[in-house]
Amino acid sequence: MVSEMYDIKEYYEAKNLEQALETLAADPGLTVVAGGTDVLIKMHHGRIEKARLLSIRRIASLAGITVGADVTIGIGPLATFTRLSRDEQIKENLPILVEAALSMGGPQIRNVATIGGNICNGATSADSAPTLFALNARLVLKSKKDERIVPINEFYLGPGKVDLLPGEILTEIRIDPADYRGFGGHYIKFSMRKAMDIATLGVAVTCRLAGGDAFADVRIGLGVAGPTPLRCREAEEFARGKVVSAETIAEIGRLAVKSTRARTSWRASREYREHLVVELVQRALKTAVVRAGGVEIA
Amino acid sequence: MLKRISFTVNEQEVSMEVDVRESLLEVLRNRLGYTGAKKGCGVGECGACTVLVDDTPIDSCIYLAVWADGKKIRTVEGLAKNGELTEVQKAFVDEGAVQCGFCTPGLIMTTTALVERGEKLSREEIKRELSGHFCRCTGYKQILHAAEKCLNNICKSNEGQQVNREDN
Amino acid sequence: MSYQVIGKSVKRVDAVAKVTGKAKYTGDFVEKDMLVGKILRSPYAHARVKRINTEKARALPGVEAVLTCADVPHIKFATAGHPYALDPEHRDIEDRLILTDKARFVGDAVAAVVARDELTAAEALKLIEVEYEELPSLLSVEAALAEDAPAIHEDRPDNVIASGGYAYGDLEKSMQESDLIFEGEYETGIVQHCQLENHNSYAYVDGENRIVIVSSTQIPHIVRRVVGQALGIPWGRIRVIKPYVGGGFGSKQDVCLEPLNAVMTLAVGGRPVRLELTREECMIDTRTRHAIKYKIKTGVSRDGKINAVHITAISNNGAYASHGHAIASSGGAKFRYLYTPQAMKYEPRTVYTNLPVAGAMRAYGCPQIFFAFESHLDEIARALNMDPIALREKNLVQVGHKDPLSDTRVLSCGIRECIARGRELIQWDRKKALYKNQTGDRRRGLGMACFSYQSGTFPHNLEVAGARIVLNQDGSVQLQIGATEIGQGSDTVFAQMVAEVLGITVDMVHVISTQDTDVTPFDPGAYASRQTYVTGMAVRKAALEVKEKILDFVRGMTDIPAGALDLREGNVVYAHSGEVVMPLAEVAMQSYYDPVFSSPITSDVSNNARINAMPYGATFAEVEVDIKTGKIEVLELFNIHDSGKIINHQLAEGQVYGGAAMGVGYALYEQLLFDEKTGRPLNNNLLDYKLPTIMDIPDIKAVFVETNEPTGPFGAKALGEPPAITPAPAIRNAVLDATGVAFRRLPLNPQHVFEKLKEAGLLDRDGE
Repeated sequence: MVSEMYDIKEYYEAKNLEQALETLAADPGLTVVAGGTDVLIKMHHGRIEKARLLSIRRIASLAGITVGADVTIGIGPLATFTRLSRDEQIKENLPILVEAALSMGGPQIRNVATIGGNICNGATSADSAPTLFALNARLVLKSKKDERIVPINEFYLGPGKVDLLPGEILTEIRIDPADYRGFGGHYIKFSMRKAMDIATLGVAVTCRLAGGDAFADVRIGLGVAGPTPLRCREAEEFARGKVVSAETIAEIGRLAVKSTRARTSWRASREYREHLVVELVQRALKTAVVRAGGVEIA
Repeated sequence: MLKRISFTVNEQEVSMEVDVRESLLEVLRNRLGYTGAKKGCGVGECGACTVLVDDTPIDSCIYLAVWADGKKIRTVEGLAKNGELTEVQKAFVDEGAVQCGFCTPGLIMTTTALVERGEKLSREEIKRELSGHFCRCTGYKQILHAAEKCLNNICKSNEGQQVNREDN
Repeated sequence: MSYQVIGKSVKRVDAVAKVTGKAKYTGDFVEKDMLVGKILRSPYAHARVKRINTEKARALPGVEAVLTCADVPHIKFATAGHPYALDPEHRDIEDRLILTDKARFVGDAVAAVVARDELTAAEALKLIEVEYEELPSLLSVEAALAEDAPAIHEDRPDNVIASGGYAYGDLEKSMQESDLIFEGEYETGIVQHCQLENHNSYAYVDGENRIVIVSSTQIPHIVRRVVGQALGIPWGRIRVIKPYVGGGFGSKQDVCLEPLNAVMTLAVGGRPVRLELTREECMIDTRTRHAIKYKIKTGVSRDGKINAVHITAISNNGAYASHGHAIASSGGAKFRYLYTPQAMKYEPRTVYTNLPVAGAMRAYGCPQIFFAFESHLDEIARALNMDPIALREKNLVQVGHKDPLSDTRVLSCGIRECIARGRELIQWDRKKALYKNQTGDRRRGLGMACFSYQSGTFPHNLEVAGARIVLNQDGSVQLQIGATEIGQGSDTVFAQMVAEVLGITVDMVHVISTQDTDVTPFDPGAYASRQTYVTGMAVRKAALEVKEKILDFVRGMTDIPAGALDLREGNVVYAHSGEVVMPLAEVAMQSYYDPVFSSPITSDVSNNARINAMPYGATFAEVEVDIKTGKIEVLELFNIHDSGKIINHQLAEGQVYGGAAMGVGYALYEQLLFDEKTGRPLNNNLLDYKLPTIMDIPDIKAVFVETNEPTGPFGAKALGEPPAITPAPAIRNAVLDATGVAFRRLPLNPQHVFEKLKEAGLLDRDGE
């Protein structure tokens, strides 16, 4: 029998969240798998060997997208990128997340890859991360005994490392109304190809205007500008209250670089990535301004 | 580690033991003989292994066979009925969208799913929907023409149906 | 001449098989009890294998065989897909072992296992203990040519594979007589074929103790010979079968897997063993396209006449010779048919390095040399303040041009018409004026580039081709050819040729797409854009022979002289009036079953094409450069070709779209990268190697200027490879037009563009 197989030692399929948490509590060394587009590829490349997998993909309760009474948006971690890009609530309230979702991989990947997996694997290039950073997303992490809520800005600990304690599963991504209502936003994925690519830089910018011509709030989330996704606090601070103008936006672009820790790799040099941060933060912000109801800045 | 799963492949009910380590692609090709799905990379980059799971295109190389339990699987072998090609297959033949043929079954499955979704798509949207398939032979032009041809036909027939409904 | 089938967009004969999943490729066949072979690869770019311990691997349950250099024949062999040469001087370099005792690139095969399944084989590989003695890695041509560089192959102490070039005219005098001398250096990157079907094969020993190899190859007859040579066994003991092939582009014009696969089955008592490369393996241990560095010096008169051209080139061949110097050599030879300098000197050197092996890839040395020279020409045009088209038009060859170094003559040449069409289609004059003096962040430009090519390899190599036709009882025919369909559409084109000659429809021609060296006629295979031209001659000859036999048979039946008869629309007719004499099927039945005169009609011919023909063409491109990000968008791209008479327009267009798309990838995206210190591949997968997607390829337009090539079957010349030659220089020249920045290296990816624009001061505004 000729067959290429994945190097799987053990495999468990959870029927519901309780069972998943129970299994994981008893055996925290299991690797949680959802869409599989990350875990299986790592196995193919030998980066995970003799895998012990806990599949949570059939837990229907983790796949929903809900809007609460207080209009907090709750995204189940098993929501696929295709689902996100077609969901009416997301399209209406978080169009920037639709842009991010559609920039990821290709259609077949988006049909199975989940937003939870995208975050939990800890990659700085995760296509949803810069946007979720800009949206101040909060992550609900559950274990058999506990539940805690961690802002996504604090979730990433290092390359491939996230603040997920043994036995914990991400059960919801929450976005508060205060972080999206009245905001305009734009996501730019800069990559060599227009599909099936990894970002050279991911830039998510949201903004809210005050009185139509000043920045009330600017939020800049970047991917691949450092070992983890990050926010550009200095640039954001500067922007607050400033008149919307080409000069202000140029300064925001320049200041954004100060929060980055880009490095040189064979994919791109640090100098180039920083140059792109300056330029693309401005471009994303200009579009965000228009979407927030402001005027077009040349 | 074996698991018994039940699913349909091209409307045929299948119940079988699969090894949890096997991908759906391997089971389809090596256990069930559906070799229309091709392997070009093994990691979901090329799209040659695309099949429909519950009418949705997925890369079957990075989809474990156990996940197919209870699902409806469709491969290129299931499209033509009694030797009659589907509109999508005909369009690929007529537009010259086929060269070496290795990417063809996957592209035909994705295009089939698009046609069945029945949405009107712009040229750029069609390109995005086909962007998960690499082709090294065609430069994609005749593939795009084939997809446009059957998507336009579908839109026309939808419009026709609407007219009928209004007539009623 | 008017044709019934030639020139029509007949549907591919294999299209239905391919859209229904019925077309079987090598990996689609399963034999009972099939085993899996896997290769242990060197992690070092240059290292001697001191010791290998296979004990633990052999002990692993499920492992059937473990092979090292010591367990396999130790005969050096050549892998290139060229016809064998009786003249030893003309043979490819024999520098390869089935498994090596000295690793020469990261990924070189040092051992192999055969096991019951993939996971067991992979596990066994980990259990093989190899002790290496690391040697200095020579990862660039400069390092390989350094005086103290160690020899990668002992019999080539200077690491130079070959350095033969050519010269004609008095170069020094012509340079001196020129008003101006221009110099430039240009460089191309390493790219990979990325055909969708990875290299794979399987092998077993049949009941007559012969080795049967089913392989995804462009060259089954050559594979048989090379396996015989590598194993030191009679060639007749090997049978090679080629089913449908999922693309090749030259990577399968080389013998990569089959000798090892043969040894694997022999090691397990003849049981079937599958050897299938992963994409990652395929990208480093099959073949790549040579990176070549050029220095060009050109003497021109003030009015743009090119007097003297001096090109030196260093071609990075990687660890083993494969096609070796033939690439640089052939590129230079094909280049000679475009312009007419009085004197020219071409000095290429092909050098071993500790990188993956470069071999044939679509257009065989031409994408490189035309990138260099066509880029160079645009710099000359700028300096002379001349339109790039005008400069070229001053120097193009004409019909009747005789190659100064051979007897080859240009007998058809549509390059001027190609340029004129391109100029008009892209609105060259209007847009050139429009795009002058741009200053914004997005700038547009136009560029063009020309090429000449050849149809096959004569006079350098033998160009023999075989075809066999059998007339069936129903008046249909079977066509067998040794030439291989790998996606380019040759089976369909051959069917059209047969249908044309025999006056039948294409669906009455059954092409046997599978090649089997036991039964198919001899033909070296798919390469050099040779099949329509070279194999086409054999197919036409076979069809004419069948026609002659049919008409002769009818003469026997009717007493009508054969000369008065013809074949049209499935009937035997009077040639002068078209009056039907009888249906072809009736003749066929008689030929099979006539009690007295039964003699089924067949032909089995070989044709040695001792001739060549030059196809021509040009690419015109319009680009927009995003100055701030370094991104280049190709807005329009026209590929205009003179490939003689086009046999099938739809298929020909498909070749152009695909080839030009490959050229766009070469220009903007693709590059195989290696760690500068270790030589390890950095991006040998389809995520990191930027093969363009459907969203990245512009709307390419294919245009044909149809000349009538007197030597070609039905007036045809080569087409398969040429579309890939000029997109890169045309795009590069368009970027020069848009930005004033002259790029000298491929690809023009965003990082590279950023660096050059910065260097040129285009990013200096806004206080950056």
